[in-house]
Amino acid sequence: MGSERVVVTGLGFVTPMGNDIETVWSNLVAGRSGVGPLTRFDASAYPTRIAAEVRDFTAEEYMDRKTARHASRYCRYALAATRQALDHAALDPSGLDPDAVGVLLSSAVGGMEEIERGQTTLLARGPRWISPFTTPMMIADMAAGMIAIHFRAGGPNFAVVSACASSAHGIGEAAEIIRRGQAAAMIAGGAEAAITPLTMAAFCQIQAVSQRNDDPTGACQPFNLGRDGFVMGEGAVVLILEAAEHAAMRGARALAEIVGYGATADMHHFTAPEPEGRGAARSMQQALARSGLAPSDVGYINAHGTSTKLGDIAETKAIRTVFGAHAGRLAVSSTKSMSGHMLGAAGAFEAAATVLALDRGVLPPTINLDDRDPECDLDYVPNQARPVRVDLALSNSFGFGGHNACLAIRRADAA
Amino acid sequence: MSTDLDFRQLQELAAEILGTDPEKVQLDVSFARDLAADSLDLVELIMAIEETYGVKLPEEELARMHQIKDLWAYLQAHEASASGEPPAASASAAS
Repeated sequence: MGSERVVVTGLGFVTPMGNDIETVWSNLVAGRSGVGPLTRFDASAYPTRIAAEVRDFTAEEYMDRKTARHASRYCRYALAATRQALDHAALDPSGLDPDAVGVLLSSAVGGMEEIERGQTTLLARGPRWISPFTTPMMIADMAAGMIAIHFRAGGPNFAVVSACASSAHGIGEAAEIIRRGQAAAMIAGGAEAAITPLTMAAFCQIQAVSQRNDDPTGACQPFNLGRDGFVMGEGAVVLILEAAEHAAMRGARALAEIVGYGATADMHHFTAPEPEGRGAARSMQQALARSGLAPSDVGYINAHGTSTKLGDIAETKAIRTVFGAHAGRLAVSSTKSMSGHMLGAAGAFEAAATVLALDRGVLPPTINLDDRDPECDLDYVPNQARPVRVDLALSNSFGFGGHNACLAIRRADAA
Repeated sequence: MSTDLDFRQLQELAAEILGTDPEKVQLDVSFARDLAADSLDLVELIMAIEETYGVKLPEEELARMHQIKDLWAYLQAHEASASGEPPAASASAAS
């Protein structure tokens, strides 16, 4: 107990970058943006009219009609990404002890579209016309519940909520569940479908989202001087985490190993990061300490890097604090420059991108980086993917509320 | 009583709510056993029927119906003129 090594054996994607692993990877390496005009609703009255939307997704390819009908959009994405990840890992929970496989699937806001629809019906027609499925569709833990039902995974089952760090915390906590021997494998990740009228209006009012409506693919510019905020994304990403022994026993290939996890609070503000990035730095230090590896072993950081003025600078300072002189020797990139910000699914997307970067020996770039902010003075892998073999990487995720999470991920054959 | 109700319309409505094919909604099939309807499905079905047919269908009434033919008979007996009335059923079955 407590000493299990935890490996990643499967990945699944429903994202603005593609709905399968190879499409996502080729788009990441090509530096292709998933951002486009916002089409989920009429955004003509909004200052922001762009988003990174999931496209060409058909729920019925992954689930029966009734399940699709009673699952909110974020749950449909989660079920589809889980199907892919289990297939990738060649893992079938229904053939195992019911306690063996758990689910920790996070969403930052849950079924916002269904909440808004219910509210509209309530005001227009009254309480008796509210669908009995409103509650199961709105709650943010339902993806975890539906995955357990659908795939017969009866182990620990819940959601972790920490805004934009939700699924990074979820993966970290899921790895701890395996480490303490409570499950042999965990279906871990995040799902979000919050490109809705209310959520978009709310983010516009914070002035946190880019208004570069005439240039969607160029809108998200992490670490670039001209950046004007993040781009709202959506989707689901699922990782199959597994005790290394369990994976080896059944002959599953490890893509990477989760070797450390840090979690801290900024103690500063609702939405603004602590300007010196001290909370973020402590989360990276914790993840490294848990891994037993040295800062100088880190070759790549998948940054939170949302493309906000304050956030990108605070994260840069945090990396300098943790790594000192080594900060100038490691590569940092923000895949949000391409994927947009998938909120509760962002941490899982970035952990998965990091796993692929380690496994395939290519670092995805930060696109739209032509005029670096002088206060952002690291190597951000600008605009071009970089073939390089890295042994150890970090994936940073920070959420409104001042929640910080960091995952330390090692190349599978680097141990 | 009205006899111009369209059974095909009921088949399509129930199939949409219960996530099945209209052809499977036949007079002698059971809501629970054959169509796998749970309590939430039935509340949704009540709402859809009240909206479509303008009838009131109390939950306890539906609870007494086991097969589609019971619902069909009820609709034939109660097909209403009072369309637009709020439904009588409570939507509080999900607890």
